[in-house]
Amino acid sequence: MEVSVNVNGVDQTHDIEGRLLLVHFLRDVVGLTGTHWGCDTSNCGTCVVWMDEEPVKSCTVLAAMAGGHRVRTVEDLEQDNVLDPVQQGFIQEHGLQCGFCTPGMLMTSRALLDRNPNPSEEEIREAISGQICRCTGYSMIVRSVQWAANHESAVTIGSAS
Amino acid sequence: MTVTEEPTEGLSPEGNPMGFGKMLRKEDARLVRGMGQFCDDVVLPGMLHLAILRSPVAHATIVNIDKSAAEAHPKVVAVVTGADLAEHGLAWMPTLSNDVQAVLATDKVRFQYQEVAFVVAEDKYSARDALELIDVEYDILPAVMDVRTAMDAETEVIRTDLDGKTDNHCFDWEAGDAAETDAAFARADVVVSQEIIYPRVHPAPMETCGCVADMERVSGKLTLWSTTQAPHAHRTVYALVAGIPEHKIRVIAPDIGGGFGNKVPIYPGYVCSIVASLLIGKPVKWMEDRTENLVSTGFARDYVMKGDIAATSDGKILAVRGDVLADHGAFNGVAAPVKYPAGFFGVFTGSYDLEAAYSSMKAVYTNKAPGGVAYACSFRITEAVYFVERLVDCLAYELDMDPAELRIKNFIQPEQFPYETKTGWTYDSGNYEPTMRKALDMAGYDDLRAEQAEKRANGELMGIGVTFFTEAVGAGPRKDMDILGLGMADGCELRVHPTGKAVVRLSVKTQGQGHETTFAQIIAEEIGIPPEDIDVVHGDTDNTPFGLGTYGSRSTPVSGAAAALVARKVKDKAQIIASGMLEVSVADLEWTKGAFNVKGDPSKSVTIQDIAMKAHGAGDLPEGLEGGLEAQICYNPENLTYPFGAYICVVDIDPGTAEVKVRRFIAVDDCGTQINPMIIEGQVHGGLADGIGMALMEMISFDEDGNCLGGSLMDYLIPTALETPDWETGSTVTPSPHHPIGAKGIGESATVGSPAAVVNAVVDALKPFGIRHADMPLTPSRVWEAMQGNHTPPI
Repeated sequence: MEVSVNVNGVDQTHDIEGRLLLVHFLRDVVGLTGTHWGCDTSNCGTCVVWMDEEPVKSCTVLAAMAGGHRVRTVEDLEQDNVLDPVQQGFIQEHGLQCGFCTPGMLMTSRALLDRNPNPSEEEIREAISGQICRCTGYSMIVRSVQWAANHESAVTIGSAS
Repeated sequence: MTVTEEPTEGLSPEGNPMGFGKMLRKEDARLVRGMGQFCDDVVLPGMLHLAILRSPVAHATIVNIDKSAAEAHPKVVAVVTGADLAEHGLAWMPTLSNDVQAVLATDKVRFQYQEVAFVVAEDKYSARDALELIDVEYDILPAVMDVRTAMDAETEVIRTDLDGKTDNHCFDWEAGDAAETDAAFARADVVVSQEIIYPRVHPAPMETCGCVADMERVSGKLTLWSTTQAPHAHRTVYALVAGIPEHKIRVIAPDIGGGFGNKVPIYPGYVCSIVASLLIGKPVKWMEDRTENLVSTGFARDYVMKGDIAATSDGKILAVRGDVLADHGAFNGVAAPVKYPAGFFGVFTGSYDLEAAYSSMKAVYTNKAPGGVAYACSFRITEAVYFVERLVDCLAYELDMDPAELRIKNFIQPEQFPYETKTGWTYDSGNYEPTMRKALDMAGYDDLRAEQAEKRANGELMGIGVTFFTEAVGAGPRKDMDILGLGMADGCELRVHPTGKAVVRLSVKTQGQGHETTFAQIIAEEIGIPPEDIDVVHGDTDNTPFGLGTYGSRSTPVSGAAAALVARKVKDKAQIIASGMLEVSVADLEWTKGAFNVKGDPSKSVTIQDIAMKAHGAGDLPEGLEGGLEAQICYNPENLTYPFGAYICVVDIDPGTAEVKVRRFIAVDDCGTQINPMIIEGQVHGGLADGIGMALMEMISFDEDGNCLGGSLMDYLIPTALETPDWETGSTVTPSPHHPIGAKGIGESATVGSPAAVVNAVVDALKPFGIRHADMPLTPSRVWEAMQGNHTPPI
């Protein structure tokens, strides 16, 4: 079947099998390998992308279901060679080690800050609780999101220049 | 103009731009952009996809395999069974413990999800479809699932492939002096005995295992992108198994999404992929799914430990005795030094000065997946530390002593180092009491005990768990330690380019530990080139010197030492060149980081960059000196390093639901000299989360027929941000005397030390119920059972 998905602002129209998962569409058909696959059961969250403005687990979304929708992946966070504050925050606060869960964590964090620019520690933990990180023990991810919350305006100015 | 926003704090370590200190990680720039290259990201022209058919049952004879329907699938290129591999002598492969393991089963299947056949197809969905078309007829045999009865006379023999095998015995092991230990027990006022079970758990890295094998037909060269923590060791094993000359094999470990020991063994999937590429002449990718990872790959623990501890009535510990039943699964696939079949369980005497110690162990085969040394266990030290730290708490319970004071009373004293343990280990350095006191201070220990007394009076359940651990990491001295005959040394090569930039090549391989940053810092500290000017190359056997890889917290103790020493070798040469440049003798030069100057005259100075250009440039060098500025070494460690730490956990238990909430966790670690405190803190945090997982949530369990009950992340529960607290960490620094920079390993300390802290806290909370011990995982149902007075071992 033919499906057309807007991925990071570009229409991607491809002939695919109806059973193709969105994560495989992004990785294998579109060629964006920043989104990872980790479990198949919606437990680990390495595959989180946005569908429209909503974080979804792309291992449990069919590519066909994304037809006509906008999908945003980790590759779209950096704009005009300026990192998104959440990307910068993860670097500053050592919010990643192996980096495998990181793209999903970044997409969830960005969505959280868009809705709640100044989240509490509890709210951050709740937001990422559908995702697993085996390396960091989460505290530094929480600090990374807090760093981003505290630096949103500064990086926006940098981006505008 | 656009600029790339890089870390605002800069890449150089704070306060020490050429050396040790907090430095943001070099590897993060690609990883936060989704631009890492993990194994599944590797795509080659014409690449095919491999999927593995696995046994649905734990123990059965294979009667017949009909693959004709699968072969008829239009997108299938090949279907291969064990019988096909046997024709080429490839059906079996050696394990890292000198056992053998089936690549594809030929005679029987011996654990659920064992590899039976593989399909190679044009795409991964079709490969999986074709698995459904293979018809295997099994004759079911009784599954041997209980380690306690696996050696009973009537039990089905699993390893019928081994000549003359008539039981399920794997190996026996012992350490220490049994008679001396018995004598010490005879002198004791108090003897406490406890069965302590460390259930089977799984490292479950976020990235599963997989590879891309590319056998280039004309050159005969195999390139294997692989999720391996030990690329060089794997290359040698492939040469031995597949008969491909070693120089025709290149193993590349790209970015790895977590290892924790899960990516040390060689799995049948890697060998199948190599065979497939060899057979078909095209690149072949294999990536396992989550269930395959959890059910078939390297598990951890699975020890049933009977422990006895002997002490005087005032709390002087005299001796510890252990008797262990070890479940090794269907094949002995443990990746430990060959002379240490029980790993380093021999450090079970912990941090205490004992008169005697002895442990025996019986290891058996069962119809479970092979493996055994994984999940950041430091070669079974996790089991050893859990064993002794639970026993000490049981003793504290019986003596009605404070568990922190009991530990302090029995610590090895600083003047006793290097300390010879009763089981033959030489602890290099330690100063335990200040570390323990620091943790107690950070916790506000006395206040916590006062709060606990108040809560107990109100019927609330609050527990405080205390542990102190000593690890033995950095395997190891080649006189004692090898894997499959390969000495556990590591090489390192450093080249300084003409402009004073450098490349350092490592034999170890990061899986998230930050080697690209910390190894640049080691070179920077030694030779005065800023770490951002040093490129770290690793994970490619064609481009790095030989060494045994990253596991058992060995990168800093072994490869880190190699990096420091290779830099010193280069610096020695630089000094000779500098003496020529400044026209003074070598002895008249002094080193200020980054430059040599004439003693007493700082104005006469040449930088390392000046020297690098001179080394490669025109003009004479001091007589007898070759041009260039580079060196290579292979480091053979003199001893292991012995990091230690004090952990305190505070839990609250809901008396209505028996749910355990970890309120606080205080960790004070001592890993000697610190290269990058930020990375050390990160390593500790991750291990603490592992500890909470194992203590409260994680277990790979089976039903009596051998079905794995933990085959997905819906069943195998891993802590999230909601089960973990905001960690409170601290450190002390007691350098290793034999390591060139005084550093010890840190990667596994927290995983080793924290499970006992959590369990000790839960058991402490349950003291009003008269409970002295409860086994992991302390799920609400297991805690509830304990509160009802029922002791229910998990296995």
